[in-house]
Amino acid sequence: MNEFKIGHISEFPERRGRVILFGEIELAMFKLSDGTVRAVENRCPHKNGKLSEGIVCDHHVYCPLHDWKIDLHDGLVQAPDDGCVETYPVLVDDNGNVILQVSGANSKVS
Amino acid sequence: MKKKLVMIGNGMAGVSFVEQLLKLNPHRYDITIIGAEPHPNYNRIMLSSVLAGDANMQDIVLNDWDWYRNNNITLLAGQTATAIDTAAKTVTTDKKEVVSYDELVIASGSLPFMLPLPGADKEGVIAFRDIKDCETMIETSKKYRKAVVIGGGLLGLEAARGLINLNMEVKVVHIHGYLMERQLDETAARMLQSELERQGMQFLLSKQSDTILGKKRVTGLSFKDGSQVEADLIVMAVGIKPNVQLAKDSGIEVNRGIVVDDHLQTSVQNIYSVGECAEHRGIAYGLVAPLYEQGAILAKQLAGVENEGYHGSVVSTKLKVSGVNVFSAGRFTDEPGTKALRVQDDLDGIYKKVVFQNGKVVGAVLFGDTADGSRLFSLIRKGEDFSGREKEVLFGPSGGAGAVVSSADLVADMSGDEIVCGCNGITKDTIIEAITEQSCVSVNEIKACTKASGSCGGCKPLVEAILTSTLGADNVKTIKEGICGCTKHSRDEVVEAIKKMHLTTTKEVMHVMEWDNPEGCSKCRPALNYYLGMAWPEEHEDELESRFVNERNHANIQKDGTFSVVPRIYGGVTTPEDLKKIATVAEKYNVPMVKFTGGQRIDLLGVKKEDLPHMWRELDMPSGYAYGKALRTVKTCVGNTFCRFGTQDAIKMGIDMEKKFERLNTPHKVKLAVSGCPRNCSEATIKDLGVVAIDGGWEIHVGGNGGMKLRAAELLVKVKTEEEVLEWTGAYLQFYRETANFAERTSEWAGRIGLGAIKKALETKEDREALVARIDKTLALTKDPWQQIVESDDLRKAFDALTAPASPEAAAAGDAAI
Repeated sequence: MNEFKIGHISEFPERRGRVILFGEIELAMFKLSDGTVRAVENRCPHKNGKLSEGIVCDHHVYCPLHDWKIDLHDGLVQAPDDGCVETYPVLVDDNGNVILQVSGANSKVS
Repeated sequence: MKKKLVMIGNGMAGVSFVEQLLKLNPHRYDITIIGAEPHPNYNRIMLSSVLAGDANMQDIVLNDWDWYRNNNITLLAGQTATAIDTAAKTVTTDKKEVVSYDELVIASGSLPFMLPLPGADKEGVIAFRDIKDCETMIETSKKYRKAVVIGGGLLGLEAARGLINLNMEVKVVHIHGYLMERQLDETAARMLQSELERQGMQFLLSKQSDTILGKKRVTGLSFKDGSQVEADLIVMAVGIKPNVQLAKDSGIEVNRGIVVDDHLQTSVQNIYSVGECAEHRGIAYGLVAPLYEQGAILAKQLAGVENEGYHGSVVSTKLKVSGVNVFSAGRFTDEPGTKALRVQDDLDGIYKKVVFQNGKVVGAVLFGDTADGSRLFSLIRKGEDFSGREKEVLFGPSGGAGAVVSSADLVADMSGDEIVCGCNGITKDTIIEAITEQSCVSVNEIKACTKASGSCGGCKPLVEAILTSTLGADNVKTIKEGICGCTKHSRDEVVEAIKKMHLTTTKEVMHVMEWDNPEGCSKCRPALNYYLGMAWPEEHEDELESRFVNERNHANIQKDGTFSVVPRIYGGVTTPEDLKKIATVAEKYNVPMVKFTGGQRIDLLGVKKEDLPHMWRELDMPSGYAYGKALRTVKTCVGNTFCRFGTQDAIKMGIDMEKKFERLNTPHKVKLAVSGCPRNCSEATIKDLGVVAIDGGWEIHVGGNGGMKLRAAELLVKVKTEEEVLEWTGAYLQFYRETANFAERTSEWAGRIGLGAIKKALETKEDREALVARIDKTLALTKDPWQQIVESDDLRKAFDALTAPASPEAAAAGDAAI
């Protein structure tokens, strides 16, 4: 498990997405209203919409292009649509640092 | 050891049969499916939606790859069966794979019927049958304009509709004198034709195609009567023919289709056939419902379940052609010995015809309103005698609208495997299962569970009836439709609560009004944010997180995730300085496209999000709000400043209006226009509000729309001075802001509440002044959003991406770049 410090929690406005460039991968990170931060691949499985621009409701984000609803906990597209996006664990440490946790397998950073 | 079941064909009819079989007897067979297309089973009926851009390949897949895997089905996709050895019981494919079977099902479907016209082999001549054809059409539309569809039947019209959506010019050629003659009578066909013409289709009826013109690629089509048309693309959609070649070559009896008996068995033992390729009692069906019925019977047969066999299907057609509902069943043409009951209403575009013979309903055609369809179809099948009281069939026993057969009887009459939702192939049983096993208690829940009624919506009344008959009327949740799925409260209830209880945040509204989802959804959050801002312009703090992406970023998101920038150009009047500035910025930021908009301004398209604030700073022009539910443009003609016909200064009027009402948030976008004379060059009478100068004054027209639903504006008032124009406009816009539903254009709103209601609300000077005072208060609070973002570090940050450090070690070194 590798850890990457992305920024400080104060840089994440609540229920708004931010784009994270992570090597070749683009992630969307969201601070939810419960204070936790979630990260998913920034690409809707439907038509590649940027999820970072979606409206966030509790732990779901709605894709801005065609309103697909995606659960930020597990990356699953909600019914009646179908599909999933990659999720990445994020930790906020005691100093408010937002840390992305990447297992060797899904890291494409060289 | 399991028996081996092989199926040739991977289409809707065949796979539906396999699904039924797996339900009845999941472990009886090892199943192999051979499919020529390199796709899993998809909904061919929805291909026109793919063309229309409403759906993509993924949306129309019925059984995805996982389904085959999870059910241990071997799928040989992209392979064509080339030979059946009925003695050795094997099938050979074009990839030289040999599969042996105990039972074989041929579900090879049908092939498009290609007219053997000279030149039919030219580039740009295609059918409309599969995903590949759709892809060709989409590609062609990017380079060419003129399309000709041969065939004015259902398939042809669907292809034509799709091509219109791809912005092609479409002519439909039909050999018959009117459209869809197999499903419609002439009256209904003419009504359909005029509706389609309104949508932009052109028709060449009673025309027999002769030769396809062109060298390598098609350039035109000539007819037997000597006339010809230009064409860059020709789509042949004249019909289908059962795909029987393989069966024929293998010594299986073939007529028009593969001949099957009541157990769907062919002339050869252990070989069966279902779907469009099969011919049962002389009929090869082409609609989806009978094919599913065949599949259900065959599934029972091969699962070893007792069954009565297949006895043919009575066909009814209920479809939506380009947004129009049509229905037909039985013998609907007038013949000797038949009498018809007709109702024709040109005002609402509704036509109903019921044909009787000896007092019994033998056929029906419905156009525009197909609610009676299921009931009429059931009457045709029942053969009830209505002698002497035929009119009851349409008008009820009292001559009113009472139903002759209750919907409960209708549902009771349906067999479990009858298709209810034709678009998605959902049977009555599947719906009942959703009700009994997944506890669905409303049509919406059934839609979410099964997709029934989710596509065209035509079957919604039937789904409702099944729900009622399964649960009993008392247990059905008659869902009062709220503003979204999170609440049962209507728009008016929500706005009243906001005003009465002085609610100022979306959170408060959701809490007080007991929303089902604590943070709402993408529908209600923007709506609430608007209502709050409308009701409490000073107290409500605009919630960026409740704004749709375009309004949050003050730019329009494009399909590739880039944005567009449209600066304000008041009244469409610009200067050389501004044009230079725009050009400089466009060059500096490598803007891929600079385009004039329909509203007399300039659109810079393809801008990266992080460039937006920098471009705004350098443009130093106000935002044009091209992205918002807000005042967009005020289009003007040159008026009496230059035009020899102009009677008033349209440009000044337009600029004054735009300066006064810019930055105004409204329920939906608002477009205005001012014309300097009744020639109306600025097209003011299809705007949300349009001003047309007349000698000595101005006419104000309202509620027009030149977009999705064309609607001419209605004359609200004639006034004398420019001040009066501004007063009436302000009062009208504020009345719209206060009474319309979020996301409702003025045209829909005006149609809903009526011009009378608007006139009444604006009638007295006091009322107008009160409305104007409220709109002025709101306007006074607005600021240019681009400038705000340019000046605020905090706001600007949201436009930049964060970059992860290149390696985990670097994390310790400090902050990520911002």
